[in-house]
Amino acid sequence: MIAYALTFAFACFGIALLFSLYRVVIAPGVPDRILALDTMTINMIALLTLFGFREGTEMYFEASLLFAMVGFVSTVAYAKFILRGDIIE
Amino acid sequence: MDLFIEILVSALLVIGGFFGFVGSYGLVKLPEPMTRLHAPTKAATLGVGGVLLASMIYFGWFGEHVSFHELMITMFIFLTAPVTGLMIAKANIHLQWTKEELPPTGAGTNWSTQSDRPSLMDDGADSRLINDGD
Repeated sequence: MIAYALTFAFACFGIALLFSLYRVVIAPGVPDRILALDTMTINMIALLTLFGFREGTEMYFEASLLFAMVGFVSTVAYAKFILRGDIIE
Repeated sequence: MDLFIEILVSALLVIGGFFGFVGSYGLVKLPEPMTRLHAPTKAATLGVGGVLLASMIYFGWFGEHVSFHELMITMFIFLTAPVTGLMIAKANIHLQWTKEELPPTGAGTNWSTQSDRPSLMDDGADSRLINDGD
């Protein structure tokens, strides 16, 4: 039963990743692209966790944590940059 | 008891996958930039939380020991998603609204992104850096 649920979750987050990739490529404005990149990192965290789940190893949690941290910092830096032209004032 | 844990983990995975999908679908479907903010910052965060919780329960029950790594990632995402949403909303407001549409600051001056005054970075520090070289 877990195998079916795992396949379903993989499919859901894979399609979600494609949707956010579409929004990165075709977007009406720069803030939308930043939001789409942030969504991509969140979807990648979920996919990494699911992959570690399927492989039965806990090795991928460090990778997920790194993705979460770097994704947050880069999103905030990019939003700050398009807002003021400076990241640290 | 094993069956109960399996049902719980499966339900969490399905719910998490569904919410993650809805979050990214809303990013494509919703009409305006400010409405598009809602889907990823709320639904996708909940979806990832569900998946991480399922992983924690599964490894806690079927593995050798309980680990709280996933809870740490969940906490981190739940704390940072509102900050991300705030920053992108601020960028939206200050890039797309005109000076008249913005609410008053209450300080007698304009919003700093709309102001005519030079910012602190324009006090000559840049030119000093350029002129002095390295």
